[in-house]
Amino acid sequence: MRHVVLGIGNILLTDEGVGVRVIERLEREYDLPPEVEVIDGGTCGMEMLEQLEDLDGLIVVDCVRCSRPPATPVLLKGDDVPIFFKTKLSPHQVSLSDVLASLEFTDKAPKSIAIIGMQPVSMSLGMELSPEVAARVPELIAMTLAELRLLGIEARARS
Amino acid sequence: MNKRVTIDPVTRIEGHLRVDVEVDGGRVKKAWASGQMWRGVENILIGRDPRDAWAITQRICGVCTTVHAMASVRAVENALQLEIPVNAQYIRNMIMLAHAVHDHIVHFYHLSALDWVDVVSALKADPAKTASLAESLSNWSGNSKAEFTKVQERLKGFVGTGQLGIFTNGYWGHPAMKLTPEVNLLAVSHYLQALEVQRYASKIVAVLGSKSPHIQNVAVGGVANPLSVDSQSVLTVERLLAIKEWMLKLEDFVKNVYLIDVGAIGGFYADWTKYGKGITDYLCVPDIPLDGKGTRFALPGGYIEGGKLESYKAITSFNDQYFTDGVSEAIKHSWYDYSAGDDKSLHPYKGETTPNYTDFQDDGKYSWLKSPTFYGKPMQVGPLPRVMNMLAAGHEPTKKYATAALDLVSKVAGAKVGVDALHSTIGRHAARAVGCAVQVDELINQWDLLLANMAKGDLKTFNRPVFPKGEQMGVGFHEAPRGVLSHWVVIDSGKIKNYQCVVPTTWNAAPRNEKEQPGAYEACLIDNPVADPEKPLEVLRTVHSFDPCLACAVHVVDQENNPVVTVKAV
Repeated sequence: MRHVVLGIGNILLTDEGVGVRVIERLEREYDLPPEVEVIDGGTCGMEMLEQLEDLDGLIVVDCVRCSRPPATPVLLKGDDVPIFFKTKLSPHQVSLSDVLASLEFTDKAPKSIAIIGMQPVSMSLGMELSPEVAARVPELIAMTLAELRLLGIEARARS
Repeated sequence: MNKRVTIDPVTRIEGHLRVDVEVDGGRVKKAWASGQMWRGVENILIGRDPRDAWAITQRICGVCTTVHAMASVRAVENALQLEIPVNAQYIRNMIMLAHAVHDHIVHFYHLSALDWVDVVSALKADPAKTASLAESLSNWSGNSKAEFTKVQERLKGFVGTGQLGIFTNGYWGHPAMKLTPEVNLLAVSHYLQALEVQRYASKIVAVLGSKSPHIQNVAVGGVANPLSVDSQSVLTVERLLAIKEWMLKLEDFVKNVYLIDVGAIGGFYADWTKYGKGITDYLCVPDIPLDGKGTRFALPGGYIEGGKLESYKAITSFNDQYFTDGVSEAIKHSWYDYSAGDDKSLHPYKGETTPNYTDFQDDGKYSWLKSPTFYGKPMQVGPLPRVMNMLAAGHEPTKKYATAALDLVSKVAGAKVGVDALHSTIGRHAARAVGCAVQVDELINQWDLLLANMAKGDLKTFNRPVFPKGEQMGVGFHEAPRGVLSHWVVIDSGKIKNYQCVVPTTWNAAPRNEKEQPGAYEACLIDNPVADPEKPLEVLRTVHSFDPCLACAVHVVDQENNPVVTVKAV
């Protein structure tokens, strides 16, 4: 079994980088078994193709725009996932959707995809998250851990 | 009747470039290229440690992270006049070359081939005829009737579901699509094989760069890869041997598939050698340094005026004042203000990044991109300027692959096609493939050089930088896949005082400058044909031939309404 937790976003644009900030903290604070790879995807696209091939589970953490109040966490799964990629919710899904479409065309698409997102407060220039979004990062981590649990993965908090 | 066509966004991958053209009588009469998002990343860097700049600047762009990392460390090293160990050059060179090969393969097959290849038409092809055509062009092992039949079956299933996925944005059945079903099937098959092959380039970058997709191994002063001939924890000979295998797979594909396909498709679309010429003042910087200081390079670079090879003037080192003194940026038509006035052009060391958004004004400000110039003139940068400069410099491998590509184009077109045909939309694709063949050879050469140097007992990869008191200035340039990239840094007592990035797409997609001279995209679109203004495929062909990457020139901020094509009568 192979799973990936993929954080995407631009860390130079405050909350846009929330996905990357979540996975950085996940890696720092938790021990994950070897079948889980944590990837800082930044705003990359096709360079990630190989790392995302033939996965059992893909968990994407990203900043999404979905007309919710700022700093609201969202979870998209199942039928909602294609909507995430078809409508312009996130600035990155254009390239990530190319990657996933390529994987589908070559029969290497992930067996399951979950998207954990956060409505941004700020998209301005800066390397820090807005205080509102920063305060809710632990919730995004808890959601990521819950999704991993559904895949049969137990992460242990580092002491 | 005049029609105004607005295309926004132009790229399928991220980045927000808007192109407006006025069409009259089926031809483009006037064009505007506009970067739609603000890039103010330079302001983030001010006050920071120059040793951290590379890690931050590699986040500017979603497509070419490594190139910014490289230009950044070079800029700081240039400011300090710091020499780096030659092993560090070889390792950086391999990362840059593998990245470039990856970028070119992905650009041609996955991001632009569909402007020329009709995927749906491939369903009508006879796989046996496709195989005999393919065998007449190349002895690539992936060209068989069985393979083509398999691809066609898979494609049928995909089209049948109504979910074209990655192919959704195509202009199927457009009158400008000229390839036979057999050639389309050949191209779609190679599209899939390219997906398989591109991974080897990614793997090379990942192993040498210690992490993917953002490399972790560069440092001001060299690279952080300790070399070893025996230890397991570092870059060992064993790992280097694995990398060599991947290089050979890339070489096979680039020479026996990519270069051939570009030659063949170029031959079928020989009429496109008449369009897309635009600016023929070509700038390219030398790269792939062979010594620690950057005074000898494997790939030459310089400046050519008006497309004339005999006008070539070389740029010879990382310290060459001819390059450093020549660059400046204007903002008369850009959404910025300069403190000394908007009709000024500023050298990057004195660059300012102060936004002043006005809305899109045809004769006023209309882009977030600045207008860079070299000695006062707008330039074209990228694969075509690179190949022209290397030809002018007498670079033998470039001559060899350019001749091979043009011979194949001539054979398919049934008429002699010479070097002059390269100054065009389709010529830009040919030049990219020629450059890629040169790069894949050089990739292997750099590997050989590293191993030979290690065999002499030299395992050094890092020289520690020392930041003196006072002010230093430096430029780091890199001939990135899309062309000349330069980072300009001013350091004051160990902290960044000013930082400017002049990126390839800014050169090419620039708005008019302070002298009203158009940028390369704007110039090359003039007289471009447009059969159907509702489906401006031909405009996309010309813009895509540059491999636009606006993620790097601009930034993503708003996504809520993006009309794909809006057409309004003027």
